[in-house]
Amino acid sequence: MKKLGKIYLVLVLLFLYVPIFVLIVFSFNETKSRSVFSGFTLDWYKRLFHNRIIISSLINTIIIASIASVVSTILGTFAAIGINSMRKVPKAVVMNITNMPIINPEIVTGVSLMLLFVFFAARMNLEFGFVTLLIAHITFDVPYVILNVMPKFNQMDPHLYEAAQDLGCSPFKAFRKVVLPEIMPGVVSGFLMSFTYSLDDFVVSYFTTGSTSQTLPITIYSMTRRKVSPEINALSTLIFIAVVIVLLVKNAIENKAAGKNGAKED
Amino acid sequence: MKLKYFSAPYLVWMIIFILVPLLMIGFFALTDDEGFTLKYVSDVGQYANIFVRSIWLSLVATAICLVVAYPVSFILSRMEKHKQGTMLMIVMLPMWMNFLLRTYAWMTLLGNNGIINHLLGLADLGPYKLINTSGAVVLGMVYNYLPFMILPLYSVMVKIDNSLFEAASDLGCSSRQTLFRVIIPLSVPGITSGVTMVFVPAISTFIISRMLGGGSNLLIGDLIEMQFLGNAYNPHLGAAISLVLMVIILVIMTVMNQFDPDDQVLM
Repeated sequence: MKKLGKIYLVLVLLFLYVPIFVLIVFSFNETKSRSVFSGFTLDWYKRLFHNRIIISSLINTIIIASIASVVSTILGTFAAIGINSMRKVPKAVVMNITNMPIINPEIVTGVSLMLLFVFFAARMNLEFGFVTLLIAHITFDVPYVILNVMPKFNQMDPHLYEAAQDLGCSPFKAFRKVVLPEIMPGVVSGFLMSFTYSLDDFVVSYFTTGSTSQTLPITIYSMTRRKVSPEINALSTLIFIAVVIVLLVKNAIENKAAGKNGAKED
Repeated sequence: MKLKYFSAPYLVWMIIFILVPLLMIGFFALTDDEGFTLKYVSDVGQYANIFVRSIWLSLVATAICLVVAYPVSFILSRMEKHKQGTMLMIVMLPMWMNFLLRTYAWMTLLGNNGIINHLLGLADLGPYKLINTSGAVVLGMVYNYLPFMILPLYSVMVKIDNSLFEAASDLGCSSRQTLFRVIIPLSVPGITSGVTMVFVPAISTFIISRMLGGGSNLLIGDLIEMQFLGNAYNPHLGAAISLVLMVIILVIMTVMNQFDPDDQVLM
């Protein structure tokens, strides 16, 4: 039975990984063939690094993801603090609306923002591009920050903040010394989550971008619509390597943290 | 200063960029230049075949994901603790690749000159028409969203204590009875949230159908996209289709939650 389980797991992993490995192998292929490997080359990587559209959309993606995740972390953390001290009914209303971008299909979020931006574009001097992308990204990022920070308040003693003030802390100092350390893990994971969602987003960006500002997923999409180019394979390989490195580092940090906590408990 | 005012900037943002845009969908769906109309909502009826296809293909993909993921999550949850984290990472790793690239991978595999047909050709089989079929669309959905099913199932199953299985067998349950009477009922919250996390993106996708389905397998997502960014530009109809899509999802989710005893959907 155990053996059968192992075989099954290996089969599922093959299903998940074989397509990616085929992409990687063919990024080194001399010809554009997708089925016959005719010889080894690094040409597609060279072309990739000289492709200005890809490089500029990569930079654009990183800029948008950085700004969007920082802004949404600040906005979301303050929002969570405020929502947490609301009464039951307003709290439920706000949380339901906050959940909307998460529950709704991405295409609905994208289309709804597009309608809003079209409305503004017609009346004000708003152009589809960097600004609309940034607003869209912040909008779908903030709910993830709030959902990561809110549970931290539930784990916290609500009287700690008041106690700190009773003992002579100013409200700001009480917040910085008492509340912030307690919610910090949620803030950090909210930030990381919104950063990765921003990097990866295609659907919402697709509906809110203009011709002036492209993100990497949008460039990838237009590449797949055109002719076959092994440059996409080369790009996939690099992204795959980046992902593996990031996850290994993340795992190492978590293991170290777990080790520390374990040592403390002993 | 009261703490609740901290949320003021976000509340303004939320109203302008979450609430108003959603209300605009409703407004666009129910009006034209002259005022209130149900024309666009009733026009959606013309596309009933596309709606049926979308619902059917995404239900099939969700069912396949559930059947494939269930044993994976169970096996993962029974591994030694220190191995679980690593294995979970390995299972989730492909999710971190952009989904356009993952779908593109299948485009190259399934193509008429792709590697599968090439290998089949070596064995004197084919070439078969693999890409631009509804099967390819379902495959793309399963491939892209399978980890969304594995993760919530795993996080529920990992909390089931091994001693429950021993207790069940001590009390005379066969392993089949243990499965249907202990494991499955305890993993219902994981099933409902997994189904949600697969079904919602699957029914609303337009990339998978476009890249793997060719022009002949349009889904609701394609239909919406065409009204906003395609040649058929008609935001009123597009909004009406989006509205109907939201209602369909709401209905299916409500039905799903009936099965959930605790009424907790882990999103």
